[in-house]
This record gives sequence, C-alpha cells and structure tokens, in this order.
Amino acid sequence: MRAPRRPLPAWADVALLPLVNIALAFVIVGIIVRLIGVDPFHALRLLVVGALGSSESIGYTLYYTTNFIFTGLAVAVAFHGGLFNIGGEGQAYLGGLGCGLAMLAFDRYLPAPILIPLGIAAAALFGAAWAAVPAWLQAWRGSHIVITTIMFNFVASALMVYLMVNVLIAPGSMTPQSRNFTAAAKIPAMHDVLAAVGIQVAPSALNLSIVLALLCCVGVWIFLWHTSWGYALRTMGHNPDAAVYAGTNLKTMTMLAMCLSGALAGFVGVNELMGVHQRIVLDFPAGYGFAGIAVALMGRSHPLGIVLAALLFGALQQGGAELAFDIPLITREMVVVIQGLVILFSGALAHLPRPWLQLLLSRRVS
Amino acid sequence: MPQLAGVPAIELVAIDKSFGSVHAVRGVSLAIDKGAITGIVGENGAGKSTLMSILYGLYRADSGEIRVDGQSVHMESPRDAIAHGIGMVHQHFMLIDTFTVLENLVLGAEGGPMLAGGMAAARTELERLEREYGLSVDPDARIADLSVGEQQRVEILKVLYRGARILILDEPSAVLTPQETDQLFRILATLKERGVSVVLITHKLREIMAATDRVYVMRQGQVVADRRTQDTDPEALAELMVGRKVRLHLDKTSTRRGEVVLEAAHLSLVDGRGVRLLDDVSLTLRAGEIVGVAGVSGNGQTELLQVLAGIRPPTSGTLTVRGRVIQTGHPSDPGEMRDLSLAHVPEDRLRQGMVAAFRASETAILGYHDEPPFTRNYILNAPAVGAHCASLMEQFDVRPRLPGLRSASFSGGNQQKLVLAREMARRPKVLLVGQPTRGVDIGAIEFIHRELIKSRDAGCGVLVVSVELEEILSLADRILVMFAGKIVGEVDAGQADERMLGLMMAGAKPARSEVEGVA
Repeated sequence: MRAPRRPLPAWADVALLPLVNIALAFVIVGIIVRLIGVDPFHALRLLVVGALGSSESIGYTLYYTTNFIFTGLAVAVAFHGGLFNIGGEGQAYLGGLGCGLAMLAFDRYLPAPILIPLGIAAAALFGAAWAAVPAWLQAWRGSHIVITTIMFNFVASALMVYLMVNVLIAPGSMTPQSRNFTAAAKIPAMHDVLAAVGIQVAPSALNLSIVLALLCCVGVWIFLWHTSWGYALRTMGHNPDAAVYAGTNLKTMTMLAMCLSGALAGFVGVNELMGVHQRIVLDFPAGYGFAGIAVALMGRSHPLGIVLAALLFGALQQGGAELAFDIPLITREMVVVIQGLVILFSGALAHLPRPWLQLLLSRRVS
Repeated sequence: MPQLAGVPAIELVAIDKSFGSVHAVRGVSLAIDKGAITGIVGENGAGKSTLMSILYGLYRADSGEIRVDGQSVHMESPRDAIAHGIGMVHQHFMLIDTFTVLENLVLGAEGGPMLAGGMAAARTELERLEREYGLSVDPDARIADLSVGEQQRVEILKVLYRGARILILDEPSAVLTPQETDQLFRILATLKERGVSVVLITHKLREIMAATDRVYVMRQGQVVADRRTQDTDPEALAELMVGRKVRLHLDKTSTRRGEVVLEAAHLSLVDGRGVRLLDDVSLTLRAGEIVGVAGVSGNGQTELLQVLAGIRPPTSGTLTVRGRVIQTGHPSDPGEMRDLSLAHVPEDRLRQGMVAAFRASETAILGYHDEPPFTRNYILNAPAVGAHCASLMEQFDVRPRLPGLRSASFSGGNQQKLVLAREMARRPKVLLVGQPTRGVDIGAIEFIHRELIKSRDAGCGVLVVSVELEEILSLADRILVMFAGKIVGEVDAGQADERMLGLMMAGAKPARSEVEGVA
C-alpha cells in the first residue's frame, strides 16, 4: 500500500513550488543552450547581468514588469470570478487606442495634470468596453468567454491595423503611426523624476506608469478581499450556486469582473503610448496580454504574487534581449523559447513537481 | 433468509468500505439470484450505489469477498467486471449523442483498428440481441434523435453486447416517465426469462413491488432486511427503509399559531424539457408553527424550496411572503426574500449554503455580505465579520471556534450549525430548512432540533423539508407529504405515524387528502 500523500504546507505551495518550477525550466533551457554550443552558465550570467546589472537594465526590467503587472492583474480579477479572460492582448490594444485618441483630441488644449488622468481613464474605458462584449455574450447568450475573448484579440488587431493605415496615420507618413503627442501627454520618465530629487540613473523606458501599476495592485487587493463586490465576485468564482443563493446576480457580476479585467489590461496602453512611444503605433501589446495568464497563474492570482511573477517575466524579457545581443548563437527566437519554457513550467505544468514535493516533505515529517 | 434454488449469480460477503471518516458500507452480505430480478432499496446515502460501484470495480472494498458463480474474484476495474459478465447501466447515460446506435455499441469494443469488419459483425450481433430480448432500436438512428427510454434501451444493449449475464441498473427510472418505466419493466421481465440476472437499485417502493422477485433493504450502510417481494408490502418496506427507532423526545409545547407568513397558491414549476417538477402546490405557513414536508427524495421538495426561497421563479401560481406577492410576471430573488425576513438553510450546504474555500467568517455572512455592519460604503468591515462569526460559533457551539479556518475544514455537523446560525441570527419571520440534519452526527442533530423549536416558539414560521421521517415526526406540528411534485396529503402531527406517512410517500394511496384549498 502506498502511504497517502498529505497536501503541501502553505509555504511550499506558495513559494517552493514556483521556485522548483522555474528551476526545472532553467534546467531544460540549460540543456538546449548547451546543445547549440553555448556554455549555459555563461548564458545565465549574461541573462542576469543583462536584466539587473546596471541602473539602465533595471529600469528596462521594471518597465516590462509594469506591463506584466497590468495584464497579470487583469487575468487574476477575472479568474477570481471564475472567468478565464484570454483577451488581455486585445483589451490592451484597445486601451492604447482609447488613451491615444484622448491624447490626439485634447493634447493641444489641456495641461498635463488633466490630460494624463484623462488618458488613463480613456484607456480603462476602452479596455473595459472591449471586455464587456464577450462578457455580455457569455452572461446573456451563453457564448463561452474563452472563445470570444480569443476571437476579440484578432478583431482588435485587425481594427487597429485598419485605423492606423486608413484613419489615424499622420499626414505624409509612410509608416502606420499617428502624429506625435505634445509634451503635455508624456507620463514623466523615472530617470527624469529621480534626477529632479537629485538621484542620477541612466535613462530607460521606465516611467511613472509603474506607480499606477502598484496602485492597481493595492486597489485589486482591496476590491477582492475588502469590499462586498469583491466578496460576491469571489463567491461566484468558487461556487456559482452559492452566489445565486446569496442573491448575487451572476450576469451583472460577470460584466463587472470582465470590465475591471479589461480596464486593467487597457493600462498597458498607458505605459506604452503615453509613457514611451508618444504616439499610437501598431503591435505595442507584443504578447503581454498572453503572458499575463502565466503571470497570474504563477502569482496565484494574488497581487503580491503577481508583482513577483511580473518581476521575473520583466527580467526575462530584458535579460533575454541582452543575451541575444551578446551571444549571436542565441537568437531572438531562442529567447522566446526560454520565455516559453518558463511559461510552460509555471503555467501548464505548474503542478508537475507537486507529487514529488509531497513525497519528499511527508517523508521528512515522518 | 429466503432460499432460491441454485448457486447465486453473485454473492457479496461481508463487504466493508469507508471514505475517510464515513463508513459507507458496513459488512454487507447479499446474494443475487440467477435469472431473477433482485431489488436493492434504501434512502439516499444508504450505501446502495457504493455497494454496486464495488461490485462493478469502480471502488475497491476495504474488506470482504465477491463471488461470481461461486468463484471468488477480484474486481480491480470495470474491465474485470465486464469479463465476469457483469454490466452496469448508469443513472446518467454514457452515450455519445452525435453517434449512431451501432457506433455507440462498438465504442470500446471495436475489434481492431479498421471499423468496417467490426461494424458488420456488430450489426449481426445487434440484430440477434434485438430478436432475442425483444429490444427494438434502429441501429442507424442517431442517439440525439432517440427518446430517453430508447436511449436507455441502447445502454442495456451495450451491456448485453459485451456479454453481460448480470445487469445492474442504478435508479433506472429517475429520468423516465411512468409509461417508459413500465416499458423498462417489461424489458427486464424478458431479460429474466432469457436467464439474465438483474439488479435494480432504487428508492421507489412501487418499482420494487412491480418488478422484483427479491428485495434487500439497506439503511446506513447495512442490509437491514432480505425479503421475497411477494411476501412483503410497501408499508413494511417503508418502515424498514426509514428504521423504526423511537422518535427523539423533544420538549415541545403545543403551538401558538399566529398570522400567515407564507402562502403558496397553485404553484407549478415546469423545466426546459417539459417535466412538471412542481404540480399545483398550495400550502400555508403561520407564525409559530413548524410545517414538515415529508417525501422520498426527488419528488419536488428541492424545487419547492428553491421556489419558496426566490431562487427559481414559479412557472405558474402565486407565492405570498409577508404580504409581498410573487408570481411569474413579478419574480423575486433570494436577496429580496432575505429583506422580507425569510431565511433559507439550503438542502445541500456544500453546493449552495457555503463556499468551501472561504474562511468560516466569510461563509458566515453569505447572503448578508452587503448589509451593515459587515459592509459600510461597499467596504467590508473585517473586525465586524470576524466578531459576528465568533459570536455565532459561541451561540451554536461550532467547533473548532476558529473564524479564520477554511469552511471545508469543519465537519458536516459543524458546517450545518454554522449555516443555521447564520440564517437564524437575524431572527427571521420565515425559516425554510432543507434536510436540517443530513450528514450530521447525533449530538448535533438534537441541538439543531432544539434550536428549530426555539425559533418556532419565538414566533417564526418554520418549514422543514426532510427525507428523514423520524425527524419530520419529532419536529413538525403539521406534516405535508409530497409525491411526484404534488402535495398528496396533509396530516396533523399528533395523528401521524410512520406507516401512514410511508404509504403516502410511496404514492401508494393518497390517503386522507385534506390539502388546504387556497384560492
């Protein structure tokens, strides 16, 4: 007879398991890197230095982290309501359109203190609206939200190409970009802010959007665990029958969860367009929406976990780019493979090492 | 023990099975006679289905022996059971809707990588089976186009096709109309004539009397009786099923009935498939009385509670709760019902009454979470929620007294006490309670009963739905009996006895029907 496996203690579940997953991913990555003829330890060192070695690289790591926090939170909020929002990519895209349109319309008339909140609100509104349609389709028509949100990513992509090529393109431009926003539309870069208080850091894309991201983390935490709406949302996610019994309207709650989720994803547009590009461009969501699923899974759908997971993904993104730059054998595609393996092990195979850990820990206990 | 000739088709000897702390089957021994129909009857949770799952290899017994044709065998999986000629027709059909009858038949028994040969052989075999057992089904019809009764015939054919000589049917009539049930029994009779041994698992006494040769009665995991069907009657079986333990003595004074707090008039509920779940149900509930709704599980009690609690709107009829009239065009929701001071302890606490993953303190505000003091300006007041839970735990003796513990970590009895405490905390004017003591240990049962009586004495109108006759008899002031979605009888608690209620519950005769006609 096999001894019954006891469940993992909380600390192992929350901390040890994700670390083991990342370690496993890196073992596989190491083998692959070895196979193409590169010393894996050298590559790992370059990756870490590339992500955290200088104030510039740290700045870029945190800039990527900002996007991952937004999309990770977006997935997590929906997930707490039992909804799997795969549409972060499209919602981020539309969020960008929203803040971009607000900028193009008002950047010549409004000062920064009004314009920037307006852009943030527009990003949230457009992101939420893009998530509201699949939510409505699920709540009232029974269309599965996983399918509709995936499809809405493609619709968003096609819509943006159409708008950029035909409508929003700057007059006389050969590339599908809008005109540049005025200086009032720029969210201050972190290196400028720090310089103003006397701290000198190398310039990077990191901007104050990361403050918005951290505020969102606190907001999501308060919403989910300290408001009656969040309570009803979590009840729906855990046990829809109990939610009905409690008098919760599942339709409105589905709408609420998805609109919040879409709004959070839409903030990627704020970081990208108002923080960095200063105009509407194509393809800025660049997979953040999808990676948000892995971030949320790895972060156990808790804001604190999401910040940590987003840091890891941000570091991988930045360190991976440096790695591809320094070692010609490791191409850009190779870096995607590395990220993919981390996502695979922390998302799809997240519970793979669980039985071994259970066995190991229960043996140590007895 | 009545003896029938020959070696039994199957013998179960001292089968024992526990799930964690639940002792589901306790030392059961029984014999399935060859070429006969054996009934196993008992209430939900009596262990019938667990026993059959052991026989079919889905679960492994902790101890005991299974003998097929006198030979001791090991059932590791359904594959072994099929190899020994045992087939099972599940309550929920295992058919693929878009496949034809023939395709479903060969599923898992294709006989090679290429379908053509196997299909041709299967067609010949199917025709032979249909002729031999008089089971007519078009082999090329799609399952989705067949009626439920025909689908069940396909399930039976599937089992026979795999060479079964022993057929287990788990609650086969649960999804059938009465006419389809009669047809099924004719099929079973033919199978019997052809030498197939049939096991019929049910909680409906009528079916036992109509179809079986021998019947085992199970209660709380044990076989409590073994009878020849011709030597017994529904009354005796009902008594055996429910158990004739002395009713719990409660210090209960007579009622002081007050004004009507809930009144249902001609309530009906029809589901999407057109099945009448509730059929012209009328009842009144007054302040200060406990009305018990008795009935075999699945006769509309669940739906009655759902309609009364505002979870499902009635298809027709009206419901009046403390002056508020609810009907199809003017529906209600559970939140509004709570505002009308109606509290509801659902039948299935795990599925409806609580959120297993939540802390006890969170479960303790379910349904009241957006009211002060728990929420002010949409912000949950964690200290108030925790303190509320701690006080409920104190009043209702919920153990352990840890508001931060996950709801799922409490025992069934303590979960139930927590849910009851939550619903009774607001001193409701109407209290609906479904299965107040299901899965609850004896000590907690007494406590819960006392609390319900206290509530009544405080002027609350209490409606208790229970499949435990004993419970109904000891709690209720007035008893309604439900059968097939209807209220088939009303009895004053003082004049009721188990035998009489058992008969009404079995739908045997709608005795002394004095249903209040409410206009």
